[in-house]
Amino acid sequence: MKDINEIRADFPILQRKIYGKPLIYFDNGATTQKPRCVIDRQEEVFTEFNGNIHRGIHYLSDASSEAFENARETVKSFLNAGKKEEIIFTSGTTGSINGIAFSFGERYINPGDEILVSWLEHHANIVPWQMMCERKGAILKVIPVDDSGEIVLSEYYRLLSPRTRLVSVTQASNALGTVLPLKEIIAAAHAIDVPVMVDGAQGVQHGNIDVTDLDCDFYVFSGHKIYGPNGIGVLFGKEKWLTELPPFQGGGDMVDKVTFEKTTYNELPFKFEAGTMNYPGAICLASALDYLEGLGRENIAAMEKELLRYATERLSSIKGLKIYGNAKEKISTISFLLEKIHQYDTGMILDKMGIAVRTGTHCAQPVMDRYGIDGTVRASLCFYNTKDEIDSLVAGIERVKIMFA
Amino acid sequence: MTINEIQDSITDEFSLFDDWMDKYNLLIDLGKDLPVIDPKFKVKDFLIEGCQSKVWLYPSFNGGIISFTADSDAIITRGIVALLIKVLSSRTPEEILSADLYFIDKIGLRQNLSPTRSNGLLSMVRQMKLYAMAFDAKNK
Repeated sequence: MKDINEIRADFPILQRKIYGKPLIYFDNGATTQKPRCVIDRQEEVFTEFNGNIHRGIHYLSDASSEAFENARETVKSFLNAGKKEEIIFTSGTTGSINGIAFSFGERYINPGDEILVSWLEHHANIVPWQMMCERKGAILKVIPVDDSGEIVLSEYYRLLSPRTRLVSVTQASNALGTVLPLKEIIAAAHAIDVPVMVDGAQGVQHGNIDVTDLDCDFYVFSGHKIYGPNGIGVLFGKEKWLTELPPFQGGGDMVDKVTFEKTTYNELPFKFEAGTMNYPGAICLASALDYLEGLGRENIAAMEKELLRYATERLSSIKGLKIYGNAKEKISTISFLLEKIHQYDTGMILDKMGIAVRTGTHCAQPVMDRYGIDGTVRASLCFYNTKDEIDSLVAGIERVKIMFA
Repeated sequence: MTINEIQDSITDEFSLFDDWMDKYNLLIDLGKDLPVIDPKFKVKDFLIEGCQSKVWLYPSFNGGIISFTADSDAIITRGIVALLIKVLSSRTPEEILSADLYFIDKIGLRQNLSPTRSNGLLSMVRQMKLYAMAFDAKNK
């Protein structure tokens, strides 16, 4: 296992200074920084074997296609999916959810049907379902959360009904850090034959994920939040669903035979991959996943758990600081506010100390409404962060308090 | 003082500081000193959209002169709007409409503060000019 200094040396951007001060990057929930191997792989794609996939008869096209399909294999192993045909590449979590919402709506949804989401969802797991409900005359129902930021399971069980067609929940709240009890959620839905989609955007990078063990029907995530490139994402779907669902986009590569009278679709996974895929993104995403496997996902989870414990303890000791979201199980994300100081003021001053946090509603306005606030400061940590950096954040917050006193 | 004379004096004041922290302390002081707005104007009609913090801007028009009062729930944003009020309040609509606000660049506000979504600086300027346009049209 690499030590923290070796790990940090793998991420070139972590060496740079911001306003003359060492960068402290606590905005990993928004996007993660890239290890050298991902950056190098991107250069290699474009200098060594760039050619459009699945089309050419030439060497470069073959090399690209092979690397792309190997990336699919890497993702399959990473998620422990049953088959590589169940791994669809998309543009990201948002693209994946919009795709499923469209196809699922077309195939299965009738007026009066119900979709369940939780109160903790990112807008990306709310709006596509609202759009689908509007189109199909269906109803979106919301699983409530308690004051600690945990969903109320008893209410969820009550909301499940013969009208429920799909449950779509996040693995972890981007705004509060809450980890959802997916096993319970999935078991209850499956008991009445309702499929479950899991938004893994804030979960997949924090430890082991096993979609076979979890038994979820769909699982989606973004490359850029798991140390890979932007513009690439994954949609895992059980073969049964992907076979039954219609494609969400038409175009090249997803077809079997095209005539002006009728088009038949290609087999899985290509049926859902219309047009030229972002194969450089997929190939580099695989490098990022390999990197995480190299560190050991259990090691990553343990490091982040300790960072969360330390940061929670240190931040809680600051007078006038309130943490939002105190669920028993959390990812290493902490949302907070300082008494009488606007989150924007706090974030702006921390930035000038080289500390990158996010402020605002975190694309989760319903969560903010639940607490009657209009935003928080969010520090989202990951394995390359250190306790020293947390100490600097605490010192920075103390300085903010003095400046705005 | 003319709009440009005020802009130059603001630029001079900010140029005393090299460190960003000091510049922000100045903004915070300006924010704290901004005269309190009448609470009845802190309503949706006077709210500027597109900011991470809320900004209320109230214009009044008297004897051909526009005056602004404003408030924000974030102090840095109050400091920014205080600067704009120093420059653009108690002016004729023509002066406001023709103002070239070069001080924003000179004190580094644009590079360091200006993504419209986060502080709404440009939204504030646009709103002030829109009010000037409206009063100008009414006056003619």
